[in-house]
Amino acid sequence: MTTETLASSTRVAAPKVKSELMQQRIRAARLFLIPMLVALAVVAGWPLLRSIYFSFTDASLSNLEAAQWVGFGNYLRWTVMESGAVRYRGLLVDPAWWNAVWNTVRFAFISVAFEAVLGMVVALVLNAEFKGRGIVRAAILIPWAIPTIVSARMWSWMLNDQFGILNDLGMRLGLLSQKVAWTATADTAMTAVLIVDIWKTTPFMALLILAGLQMIPKDIYEAAEIDGVHPVKQFFKITLPLVRPALMVAIIFRLLDALRIFDLIYVLTPNSSATKTMSVMARENLFDFDKFAYGSAMSTMLFTIIAVLTIVYIWLGQVRFDGGDR
Amino acid sequence: MASIELRNVRKSFGMVDVIKGVDLEVRKGEFMVFVGPSGCGKSTLLRLISGLEDITSGDMLFDGKLVNALAPSKRGIAMVFQSYALYPHMTVYENMAFGLTLEKGHAKEEIRQRVEKAADMLQIRQYLDRLPKQLSGGQRQRVAIGRAITRDPKVFLFDEPLSNLDAALRVATRIEIAKLHEEMNQVTMIYVTHDQVEAMTLADRICVLRDGLVEQVGTPMELYERPDSIFVAGFIGSPKMNFIAGDKAEKYGCATLGIRGEHMDIKNDGLWEGTVIHTENLGADSYVYLDMGQEEPVVVRLDGAVTYQSGTVLKVSPQDERIHRFDAAGKPIR
Repeated sequence: MTTETLASSTRVAAPKVKSELMQQRIRAARLFLIPMLVALAVVAGWPLLRSIYFSFTDASLSNLEAAQWVGFGNYLRWTVMESGAVRYRGLLVDPAWWNAVWNTVRFAFISVAFEAVLGMVVALVLNAEFKGRGIVRAAILIPWAIPTIVSARMWSWMLNDQFGILNDLGMRLGLLSQKVAWTATADTAMTAVLIVDIWKTTPFMALLILAGLQMIPKDIYEAAEIDGVHPVKQFFKITLPLVRPALMVAIIFRLLDALRIFDLIYVLTPNSSATKTMSVMARENLFDFDKFAYGSAMSTMLFTIIAVLTIVYIWLGQVRFDGGDR
Repeated sequence: MASIELRNVRKSFGMVDVIKGVDLEVRKGEFMVFVGPSGCGKSTLLRLISGLEDITSGDMLFDGKLVNALAPSKRGIAMVFQSYALYPHMTVYENMAFGLTLEKGHAKEEIRQRVEKAADMLQIRQYLDRLPKQLSGGQRQRVAIGRAITRDPKVFLFDEPLSNLDAALRVATRIEIAKLHEEMNQVTMIYVTHDQVEAMTLADRICVLRDGLVEQVGTPMELYERPDSIFVAGFIGSPKMNFIAGDKAEKYGCATLGIRGEHMDIKNDGLWEGTVIHTENLGADSYVYLDMGQEEPVVVRLDGAVTYQSGTVLKVSPQDERIHRFDAAGKPIR
């Protein structure tokens, strides 16, 4: 054991004294980082802090300057009735809000699960060698390249209860006994939104997974071929473990995206409580209902929920952003 | 243990013919080396034997049985790749055991014994719990060989296994492979390399390939002493054989005269005259490069450390019995 030195043990701890070149590199790195940090502070940091601040005030859209500090009032406040009973009010006890949270979380998990599986399938196909692969690779990205507003409108026509092509097809093929108002019915609204989102974002998922697949050396599949590993086993024992780091990062990207879904639902199923998400509800309160402070509280909660879910995911999934364990 | 027979085997990739009709027999328990310059098709030929590529036409037989369409895993082969091709997410043990765990009918204990036996042969027992990335290049290649041994193959295929290693490791691993062949003398081994030294030191027989065709098959000494063509003569042996054309060759009745550097003597009454361009002193021997008005400088190999000043005029004579004569088509005149 002692005769051979491990590759890792030969990597000596970095010397305390930094060389001039190293210092120069660190200076350059900082210099390059400054523009991005400034941009982030202006477009992300400042609005975020303002939102959080407003969530603790009674601000209204018509008069932001006159906002008064109300502490946690927007989140939870209570009044004691004469009878002694306590009445709670605020975001944390708002059933509409928790309905939106549930909608969002349900939407995010179902859509990302489907996208991960379908994206993997598409990526595996695109990773295989066949004629016209370049064209197919480009073509498959089209749903993702179309602006959401456009594709949402397109789908809303396809899903239309009177003239939509889906109802027409379903009727002609005998799959439907009567036309369904996909986006308007509470039972099917979420399904409709999910279908469109999965159609739209699977290519993005596929692209990220494909990048991971291409990192896997081809020769180990030949070794597996000689070892007599069945293709299905090859996938579960070799491909999946090796593409896992890329897959986990792809899922986290999509999860973050799905948890703040807004545009698709806003266009496809406006005002349906079956699909109303946190973002849609926050916008409604911020701008439509002139409850700016309450909307800010929702935005803050949304931020908190996403942050917590992401941290839990990274922790549970042992996601590593340094390119995995290869 | 298996004998392998190739009958008029061809392989094309689209319009490109890579293997252009190879007839070859590899005997049971033999160490056969495919050697040739890059692009000669030697690796492709190995991949055809492994079954990783399908042959375009012709027949391939293992022990007299046609295997043209047989899957690689059913041919009883094991392969060692140039890039090791270890599964990066599995430990050394898992890498070596993977093939067996998927095959039916191997008890856990049996697999463990086979892995440990192979690990002991290659002295990698202490690394069994490590991941490939924690090993050096030489250790990884030994794991790859170990994985092949664990499969207990009838045919062992090596695809340039040493070319990713540094010079010292290459020699050490070469000796290990030679030892392995002695220990596993029942196993047929086919080894691809572009390095003629590896070919000479390891092979029972060498198959020299050129441009998709077999140029010559024979023992290392046969190739060294009786090359069937100028190509083989130039490819086998280091330093490269000198080729002398023109008047000097005509005197010997041939178009090209081939003479190895070690078969020339410097004497005062030497037959040919040349000017020293450069001397390479390797300690045990020295190479003297002479300008004799030929296309390439003529190399004379001398024992011991000898240095001639550049520009010195020397007289050299070939050893007559060591002369190789070739006709204009590059074929030997015997």
